[in-house]
Amino acid sequence: MRQVSIIGIGQTRVNEHWEKSIRDLGVEAVLAALRDAGTDSVDALYLGNMLSGELSGQEHTAALIADHAGLGGVEALKVEAACAAGAAALRVGYMAVASGVIDLAVVCGVEKMTDRLSEEVTAALAFAADAEYEVAQGISFVSLNALLMRRYMHEYGVERSAFANFAVNAHRNAMNNPYAMFHMPITEEAFNKSRMIAEPVGLLDSAPICDGAAAVVLCPRSEAREFNERPVHILASAVATDRLAVHDRSDPLFLRAAYESAQKAYEQARVGPGDIDLFELHDAFTIMSALSLEAAGFAARGQGVRLAQEGEIALQGGIPICTMGGLKGRGHPVGATGIYQIVEVVQQLRGEAGENQVDCRLGMAQNIGGSGATVITHILEALS
Amino acid sequence: MSIMKPSREVGIAGYGAYVPRYRLPAAEVARVWTEGETEPPIKEKAVAGLDEDATTMAIEAARNALQRAGIASQLLRAVWVGSESKPYAVKPTATIVAEAIGATPSVEAADWEFACKAGTETMQAAIALVGSRMADYAMGIGTDTAQGRPNDDLEYTAAAGGAAFIIGPKEDSLAYLEGSYSFVSDTPDFYRRADQHYPQHGGRFTGEPAYYHHISNAARHLMSELGHTARDYTHAVFHQPNVKFPMRVAQELGFSREQVEVGLLVDVIGNPYAGSSMLGLTAVLDVAKPGDCLLLVSFGSGAGSDAFSFVVTNLVVERQTKAPATRDYIARRREIDYALYVRYRQKLLVD
Repeated sequence: MRQVSIIGIGQTRVNEHWEKSIRDLGVEAVLAALRDAGTDSVDALYLGNMLSGELSGQEHTAALIADHAGLGGVEALKVEAACAAGAAALRVGYMAVASGVIDLAVVCGVEKMTDRLSEEVTAALAFAADAEYEVAQGISFVSLNALLMRRYMHEYGVERSAFANFAVNAHRNAMNNPYAMFHMPITEEAFNKSRMIAEPVGLLDSAPICDGAAAVVLCPRSEAREFNERPVHILASAVATDRLAVHDRSDPLFLRAAYESAQKAYEQARVGPGDIDLFELHDAFTIMSALSLEAAGFAARGQGVRLAQEGEIALQGGIPICTMGGLKGRGHPVGATGIYQIVEVVQQLRGEAGENQVDCRLGMAQNIGGSGATVITHILEALS
Repeated sequence: MSIMKPSREVGIAGYGAYVPRYRLPAAEVARVWTEGETEPPIKEKAVAGLDEDATTMAIEAARNALQRAGIASQLLRAVWVGSESKPYAVKPTATIVAEAIGATPSVEAADWEFACKAGTETMQAAIALVGSRMADYAMGIGTDTAQGRPNDDLEYTAAAGGAAFIIGPKEDSLAYLEGSYSFVSDTPDFYRRADQHYPQHGGRFTGEPAYYHHISNAARHLMSELGHTARDYTHAVFHQPNVKFPMRVAQELGFSREQVEVGLLVDVIGNPYAGSSMLGLTAVLDVAKPGDCLLLVSFGSGAGSDAFSFVVTNLVVERQTKAPATRDYIARRREIDYALYVRYRQKLLVD
């Protein structure tokens, strides 16, 4: 198995792109990544996406984007794992290049969510839950997370305000990311007074509905220097799954798949949580930030919120998260998010993070599908 | 040059407002649908009574306009009505209004549709008719009993009301026209099929790409080609689907709160669709002084904006008081609850 490097990155701004379709977004990101890599041809395109069919009436999306990005004819496949689709596409691309089957691959995550009314988008996002046993009971994605947050607050005796800094930190970092959707700070006070969506989950706990696409170009590590002075290497790529329905999990407050994929990733990379310099976690809701930090070994059970309260999650803190805004500040175009996380880790490792630069050698990205049934962890290393 | 100026200078010879007396507090809508949890976007909206509709309101407003213009209705060569709640799909409201005010038979009459800017469309056309010397006086009316879908965001604000403007030669105007402009695109932000009772709207799509895009462009085009900046205007009136949108677009265009205040009625009457920006203008004209510069920018879904720049003349002083002021209609108020609203708007199935 060969080692794999990332030699090019590209992204669109995350926004309500009224004028751009899913095709436009995917093509824009792919072309940007190819330009960054200094190549105009690849052997394969792997596309991460969750809702192209339901929200754009478009499946067969990988072939579509390959075609319109001028890559017509290449191997092109769409990969789906709910909101972990982005990292899932990277997993497939990684395996293709590592195995020697493919030499040069572009991996793109894309999502177009704003062409439909919010009720339709909410219903579509619930596809990530168990249709017969969760959704048919009236659960929505927000309400599932609300149940988890409510249980967490009860078990560990924390108030909702304990989660505030997850949102505040994300927005603060997003201010310096031109590709982020939001460029306005939020205060702890605004978080505490936030309108409830499904109590205790409020508007400011939740990542926005938005559009975006991000892409990376992969090649065998041995060839990376031919393309880029500062290639970034994939040290670990690990997927784990869990019971799909929250009610089937023995301990709903333990993201088992996040724990297992993180453990596998640490083993592959031969590192531990203490070696990780930044963590692009999946903050679709503030509760997920707390649970992710605990599952990945950065905090004990029930202590995830303390990392937020004590400022450890800030850029200057012990474990910076959401360094370019995270899902809350940069945005969460669901199937694209996993690749945005990777692009941002690469920017950090290359020293291209501008005002948000963290001193780093090892970055970890973790993409969660649904309420935790698929979790995909990657650890990336900068070439020193 | 894309702004429009007629070959004969024209202006507003008379104007009239009408707002129905019934008011439904937005807190009532919140009480029924969200147990009072939703923050109401406005205080209350005007609701048409059982024997009122877009036609009756148009007639009241038209009569007020004639009072102010002080002309014989037979001098009107056109009576045009803009509405998205006209009582008949086929049968013009305009002929009913024209006959009721004594303008028939030698009169052009037709109904216009462009969502909330249907009324200002009739003003553009009236300007053209008088400006081309085909007529000395023409009346344009915007009137609506907006259809509020139950349990929809827009139910808080969809309201009833109307305004009429008589366009005449500049010499007989209480405010003359410097120029007008229309900015339009095919943007389906809000629409209603013929067989549907309630319209559909595109949520957040009604913001940036619809309201803001068209109002900003129409206002900027008109002001720049006339050589004006926001500072030149005493009052600016924008279409008012809620309080937030017009305040934000005003700020983006460089207008102060004071410039927008007088013409911002939505908090106390709601959004009477084709009557919205036109009632804002009647409220401004009620207190305008000679020499004041006025900007009117409407917005209609589908989508487009009409922009007009007026300068008030000395004739405003005697004409303002010749008919009830907009604020008189606003003050004439009877509060109803949601149950009466449902009855008056005939939302109860009775068979």
